[in-house]
Amino acid sequence: MAAHLKKRVYEEFTKVVQPQEEIATKKLRLTKPSKSAALHIDLCKATSPADALQYLLQFARKPVEAESVEGVVRILLEHYYKENDPSVRLKIASLLGLLSKTAGFSPDCIMDDAINILQNEKSHQVLAQLLDTLLAIGTKLPENQAIQMRLVDVACKHLTDTSHGVRNKCLQLLGNLGSLEKSVTKDAEGLAARDVQKIIGDYFSDQDPRVRTAAIKAMLQLHERGLKLHQTIYNQACKLLSDDYEQVRSAAVQLIWVVSQLYPESIVPIPSSNEEIRLVDDAFGKICHMVSDGSWVVRVQAAKLLGSMEQVSSHFLEQTLDKKLMSDLRRKRTAHERAKELYSSGEFSSGRKWGDDAPKEEVDTGAVNLIESGACGAFVHGLEDEMYEVRIAAVEALCMLAQSSPSFAEKCLDFLVDMFNDEIEEVRLQSIHTMRKISNNITLREDQLDTVLAVLEDSSRDIREALHELLCCTNVSTKEGIHLALVELLKNLTKYPTDRDSIWKCLKFLGSRHPTLVLPLVPELLSTHPFFDTAEPDMDDPAYIAVLVLIFNAAKTCPTMPALFSDHTFRHYAYLRDSLSHLVPALRLPGRKLVSSAVSPSIIPQEDPSQQFLQQSLERVYSLQHLDPQGAQELLEFTIRDLQRLGELQSELAGVADFSATYLRCQLLLIKALQEKLWNVAAPLYLKQSDLASAAAKQIMEETYKMEFMYSGVENKQVVIIHHMRLQAKALQLIVTARTTRGLDPLFGMCEKFLQEVDFFQRYFIADLPHLQDSFVDKLLDLMPRLMTSKPAEVVKILQTMLRQSAFLHLPLPEQIHKASATIIEPAGESDNPLRFTSGLVVALDVDATLEHVQDPQNTVKVQVLYPDGQAQMIHPKPADFRNPGPGRHRLITQVYLSHTAWTGCAMKL
Amino acid sequence: MPEIRVTPLGAGQDVGRSCILVSIAGKNVMLDCGMHMGFNDDRRFPDFSYITQNGRLTDFLDCVIISHFHLDHCGALPYFSEMVGYDGPIYMTHPTQAICPILLEDYRKIAVDKKGEANFFTSQMIKDCMKKVVAVHLHQTVQVDDELEIKAYYAGHVLGAAMFQIKVGSESVVYTGDYNMTPDRHLGAAWIDKCRPNLLITESTYATTIRDSKRCRERDFLKKVHETVERGGKVLIPVFALGRAQELCILLETFWERMNLKVPIYFSTGLTEKANHYYKLFIPWTNQKIRKTFVQRNMFEFKHIKAFDRAFADNPGPMVVFATPGMLHAGQSLQIFRKWAGNEKNMVIMPGYCVQGTVGHKILSGQRKLEMEGRQVLEVKMQVEYMSFSAHADAKGIMQLVGQAEPESVLLVHGEAKKMEFLKQKIEQELRLLPEAKKPRLLHGTLIMKDSNFRLVSSEQALKELGLAEHQLRFTCRVHLHDTRKEQETALRVYSHLKSVLKDHCVQHLPDGSVTVESVLLQAAAPSEDPGTKVLLVSWTYQDEELGSFLTSLLKKGLPQAPS
Repeated sequence: MAAHLKKRVYEEFTKVVQPQEEIATKKLRLTKPSKSAALHIDLCKATSPADALQYLLQFARKPVEAESVEGVVRILLEHYYKENDPSVRLKIASLLGLLSKTAGFSPDCIMDDAINILQNEKSHQVLAQLLDTLLAIGTKLPENQAIQMRLVDVACKHLTDTSHGVRNKCLQLLGNLGSLEKSVTKDAEGLAARDVQKIIGDYFSDQDPRVRTAAIKAMLQLHERGLKLHQTIYNQACKLLSDDYEQVRSAAVQLIWVVSQLYPESIVPIPSSNEEIRLVDDAFGKICHMVSDGSWVVRVQAAKLLGSMEQVSSHFLEQTLDKKLMSDLRRKRTAHERAKELYSSGEFSSGRKWGDDAPKEEVDTGAVNLIESGACGAFVHGLEDEMYEVRIAAVEALCMLAQSSPSFAEKCLDFLVDMFNDEIEEVRLQSIHTMRKISNNITLREDQLDTVLAVLEDSSRDIREALHELLCCTNVSTKEGIHLALVELLKNLTKYPTDRDSIWKCLKFLGSRHPTLVLPLVPELLSTHPFFDTAEPDMDDPAYIAVLVLIFNAAKTCPTMPALFSDHTFRHYAYLRDSLSHLVPALRLPGRKLVSSAVSPSIIPQEDPSQQFLQQSLERVYSLQHLDPQGAQELLEFTIRDLQRLGELQSELAGVADFSATYLRCQLLLIKALQEKLWNVAAPLYLKQSDLASAAAKQIMEETYKMEFMYSGVENKQVVIIHHMRLQAKALQLIVTARTTRGLDPLFGMCEKFLQEVDFFQRYFIADLPHLQDSFVDKLLDLMPRLMTSKPAEVVKILQTMLRQSAFLHLPLPEQIHKASATIIEPAGESDNPLRFTSGLVVALDVDATLEHVQDPQNTVKVQVLYPDGQAQMIHPKPADFRNPGPGRHRLITQVYLSHTAWTGCAMKL
Repeated sequence: MPEIRVTPLGAGQDVGRSCILVSIAGKNVMLDCGMHMGFNDDRRFPDFSYITQNGRLTDFLDCVIISHFHLDHCGALPYFSEMVGYDGPIYMTHPTQAICPILLEDYRKIAVDKKGEANFFTSQMIKDCMKKVVAVHLHQTVQVDDELEIKAYYAGHVLGAAMFQIKVGSESVVYTGDYNMTPDRHLGAAWIDKCRPNLLITESTYATTIRDSKRCRERDFLKKVHETVERGGKVLIPVFALGRAQELCILLETFWERMNLKVPIYFSTGLTEKANHYYKLFIPWTNQKIRKTFVQRNMFEFKHIKAFDRAFADNPGPMVVFATPGMLHAGQSLQIFRKWAGNEKNMVIMPGYCVQGTVGHKILSGQRKLEMEGRQVLEVKMQVEYMSFSAHADAKGIMQLVGQAEPESVLLVHGEAKKMEFLKQKIEQELRLLPEAKKPRLLHGTLIMKDSNFRLVSSEQALKELGLAEHQLRFTCRVHLHDTRKEQETALRVYSHLKSVLKDHCVQHLPDGSVTVESVLLQAAAPSEDPGTKVLLVSWTYQDEELGSFLTSLLKKGLPQAPS
């Protein structure tokens, strides 16, 4: 992988530098010919309107610079006055608008002209376009009050136009430019103070639905710009809810929502009775009603907005889940109510009988309300909608409302659980996520848990994993519930063995959340017997591990539990504690000091000791300089071993530890290489033995590349040192080659290349050079003039002495460093059944891998397939195959197509 | 206003034999032409002799419309068109046209071959009848003749079910057929635009029922099936071949897919294969999910559901079998039931209503020992479950549709009279269907009668056309004011007073001392006998009556005291 990364970086590097220059030169050239002149000539040449239109279209494709805009505009206007064809005028008008948007051009100069031509224009289309142009001008000059005033005036004048397009644009203009404060509008000239809101409000009852929509949109625009809308609009908007056109209704729903957020507490009367309710409640009821609208666009809109109405009173909120059932006029209980009753009566499901849901009491015919004006059953309808867009919106809204109201969360649980069986996977996933978000507020009943767990058998991996996450944070009420969950999870495990990690993690949380519920289950789960010893279970069985994970995590907060363990359980604990330390917590085990004390010191949650340990071991390495070579080597070896172990134990320090260990290993290799006796031997003799030194050089190079590219969060400080190390390796390589090859010709080239590298290093890291006191490079640069002139043999000699004398550079630890890593979960290694496929045909192999701390995986990660005959194939996964479950983590689930001519079986590499 | 006359020949206040005659502005349309399941005599078909005693039906009916392929909506069609005789157009949707003949043929076979009835329509008659069918698309406006047009809307219920709007001139009627307002696994919900018909004829099967969420039902069903097959039991689901059968198939198929189950599902063959084929073809008539995914995979191409063979019933191990007929009264489903009834691990799920007297009804009412033919006694040990999967709109759904269409009046059919009474009350109470069009409205204009033509034009245009001069009708009124000042000043005071009161109107003070408000003229005069009072002459045109009377009443209250 390092190789790819390197390659990519170089590629990018070259890409970035060159094009910039090209673009710059191009731009300069473009500015030369005068745009306006060319356009003028073109337009004069045009004989027919179609021609002129063509020229204008061509002109519109090219950008115009700020300085020449003015001239172009003049010419366009000139032609506008002359032009008879409305379509050309239309195009000119739109060009004016486009040009006035040019950055750096102040459009106030063309406004007068634009308003002028507006007054003489007859064509409705051109009028609408001109108003659009004015809108562009107006938005460009937000500070200029006078201009805005004028524009608003113009818009008001044209509001009475017969064409809907013109009225539309006028309203848009009013919405965007209508002044926010009334006081400002009172001008000395006696311009009547215009109340923009009232003017726009008048068009709510326009005959054209498009104009009505535009009026509502303009009102919303005013709101967005910070104008406080009047409460009177509410009644007008409510009338529009029963409009014939969906766009009007959709916009009206939005407007009602806005008003309800502005005046939640004001009181409105209920028509046909003398009661009064809060406005937000009334609006909530009205929007709920729109959830059963005829158009799905409106339904989606309404369902979405419901979620953000948090001020609504709980009485209304709970109505949304209410649906009175009846059968032949007799009241019937819903399935949810029956399930609840069954549960609370302590009776367990007896299976449905004919007539189990037989209706009970008679319903008073007068009291049944078939079309509720209020919120009744809005979510029941929304969740059963035909379009999944509406259902998703409803689930989202439920989620938001439930987060703000615990009692509502409890009530909506039944409905959310029902959504787990939706026909569209997206909806199922969404409802599982929703449930997870509100899980703090709820406790699952057993029958609900049952339904939830049934989804564990879903064949979609996303669904199962989402469900595991949900189980991580749910509260279960009974021990039977825990048992049920465990059984189902184990079933899941046998059916989909790939879910292993996710299930273990889920059980970990399940155990630590419900220690008291797990306690009574322990003997059964461990199948211990009060009198007899039972057979020791297989330690490698994932199901057994799963059970142990649950129990150990429960035991953490339940000190009485370990007493129930049998001997082998303790042994297994020690094993798991070591092998799966992220899943098994440290336990205080009585009489088991050995087990706990051996491991616990470094693990106890506070991370200071390990951090300290890391620091100390690295500081020890400082003294390297003063030790004899033998001692230095030993010290390095020990430190590397310590660091590696630390990295394994402390996952959060793994990045730092690995990083430093790699660096130290490089240093160790360098020292070892220099320690070789062969340096002293005459050249011809050690020809064969030089392998070690050159191998060391090669390895150092490789490691430095890894350090540079495989860790995220590497800072410039570290990069310098890594490069420095690489430079040393290159020097070593040069020396070795010099010693082993005869003849100077190749050496010349190498020497030159090396010196170039040094030069490159110097140029790139010039700022950091002061930090490199006493180092190899420091000395090297001192001698640079001499090196440039001397012969290769001499260069080599100088380098050799310098390598030996140079000081060890201390590697400063970066703040945040993580090793980029990839684990292939599937296909599992050492699979017993090799993949067989017919030669020449293609077989698809599922690949599932977790990538940690990889930046931009869509572009950087590739899958390599190694065939047994040594042939390798690079495959670039699709961007859609990457999922992002958490920060710094990526999940690659893709299919790799294999095809080969002769072999069976293959290896895989990422 | 032309009247709309509706005559139900069947399914007026009961279910079955749907057939409704509608006369609208001189056009006669027959809606549906169904048979009745409950009768085997002449009563099973509608009484077509009502339409005409002598003379061909074709002369009386402009067209026939079939809403969907259920036999109680189309069963009498070959009898009607071939035996009674009708040659006009028959309109139905494409899926109905495709599936209808299969069901008719099946019905004919049972009646003729099994029951041995004579004088029944033949296969050839079915074919001839289907030749008269004109297929329509959803939302396609079909011009039956110059004046009559029909338009189909989606109705849910079964594949190809449609609601029809019948329109003659400005009069329109919407007939819903059977419809469903809640979407299910393979069909969407009924939908209609705000077409504001004069009359909405709607079914009302579930007029007094409000149903629970379908999700609970589905979940229960799947859970039951799943548990049974996991235990190793066999599940029998008796169904009728079309409609609910496909719904349940999709439900089980997707569940099997999701849960990765391997237990076999069988479907007893016959009619179903052909019908399934049509289901695969008419994807645009299904719900959103199937429409969106059929490019990858057609949901009706079942992966897990295979054709059933008689021998499979004895296979060991779990299985799920869909078998016809749905009420366990005969045929394959009954055979399988007898084989499996003895094992308590097995289960039978009845997905619909069972008529009294059938085995289905007996076991549902809890009978555990059944007498079969030949004095055998069958002990039923298997579990018996009931799940209602019905595709009719419930009371809420009906109200919702009525609300969507906004009709002037509603006619309830296809349901029980008692239940309709309740729904009628509710519709009157909650929707307040008072047609707005019948409210009196003010209109200014002139009716011109010329060459036996009527035209309504604006008065100005009429005057112009007839070359007449306009007469003006003015009201005048005197108002006495107490004011000692001169006329001019009085007029000025009146002017300023009116100006302050009538902000929206154009109030002008003319140089000759009079004041005008729009067309109202006010003049102040001083009567010779009393210098203390001034007489204000107010005069206004007939058109401005409102303003004029307002002004006089205002002025009679007197002027405000001037700041002298």
